[in-house]
Amino acid sequence: MNSPESPVSTLVWTFGLMSLFAVGGANSAIPEMHRIAVDVRHWMTDKQFADMFAIAQMSPGPNVMIVTLIGYTVAGVAGALAATLSMCVPTAVLAYYVSRFLSRSSHSRWPAILQAALVPLSIGLMGASGLILALTSDRSWTAGLVTATAAGLAFATRLNPLWLLLAGGCLGFAGVI
Amino acid sequence: MPPDSPPAARAAPDFPTSIPPGLIALFVAFAQMSLAGFGGVMVFARRAIVDRHRWMTADEFNETYALCHFLPGPNVVNLSVVFGSRFHGIPGGIAAFAGLLGPPMVIVTILAALYAHFGEIDALRRILAGVSCAAVGLLISTMLRMMMPLIKRRDVVGLVVLVGVFIAIGLLRLPLQTVLLMAIPLSIAITFVMRRRTSP
Repeated sequence: MNSPESPVSTLVWTFGLMSLFAVGGANSAIPEMHRIAVDVRHWMTDKQFADMFAIAQMSPGPNVMIVTLIGYTVAGVAGALAATLSMCVPTAVLAYYVSRFLSRSSHSRWPAILQAALVPLSIGLMGASGLILALTSDRSWTAGLVTATAAGLAFATRLNPLWLLLAGGCLGFAGVI
Repeated sequence: MPPDSPPAARAAPDFPTSIPPGLIALFVAFAQMSLAGFGGVMVFARRAIVDRHRWMTADEFNETYALCHFLPGPNVVNLSVVFGSRFHGIPGGIAAFAGLLGPPMVIVTILAALYAHFGEIDALRRILAGVSCAAVGLLISTMLRMMMPLIKRRDVVGLVVLVGVFIAIGLLRLPLQTVLLMAIPLSIAITFVMRRRTSP
């Protein structure tokens, strides 16, 4: 890539724009993050991207923290800060104004329609996230089995997700995956 | 759901809510729920706001949550701003936002630095590979849970939209903006037309 701009400003506009398109939350934007970070900008490898997803899921805080990790890889602490704020501030400002607008205007049915229209979109995006992450991190049949088991257990039980992550880490350390 | 109450007014309905939090209390409360929130903060946010501090009733929380869910961007980040600004305007929104993001950002930045130094160590690579396999499973289970209501309702339109987006983004790897700029208006239009037909 021979873009003349500084890495920090690339992060700012990349994530600033993504922020407004992340319908359903940070996990919906994972395919786009992967497309940009791995395929378009070559900031990292597939394996690094999968690692960052793992670290973000293991750390406390909202799911959006994967953006902090990507930012750090690109431009150190300044990059981490720039990426996180760019991903969070535009949508936070939008949320502020929309909530004020809704609390002033008379009760309308638009929020319900918007929600009904956007929920399937966000689920489709999450499915795409799952697929892309599975393709990057499950490179053996045992790895695929671990993913499927974790999905099944988390879906069917109320087990604390942290245990599943821990179990995955142990299996990885033991060299099963 | 209670209709819109003015932002500053304290809730009158079913359950008494406590005194509104100050700026420092907002920051601390959101920092606490954020640091407790492994794998998603929203559950902890509900517990802290509704059950522990009683700053909102369950209905108010659900309404705010729904708003923050249909807005783009990280849901709980939106929630922090909407919640904080409800009590103290823009400074309140900033206090909650900073509490939610500041502490985990410090932790994750440290982890990122450690990863940059030690990411090549074989044992760590294997552990992270295992964790990411499980984490992908968790994400898939969340998606399945969200999908169940659509299947139960036999919401064919919703499922078609869902599959369309999945194919465009997951299989064809099209850019997010392109897909959503087409899918969002389309989905809203279809939903609008369907609702008019079913409920006059």
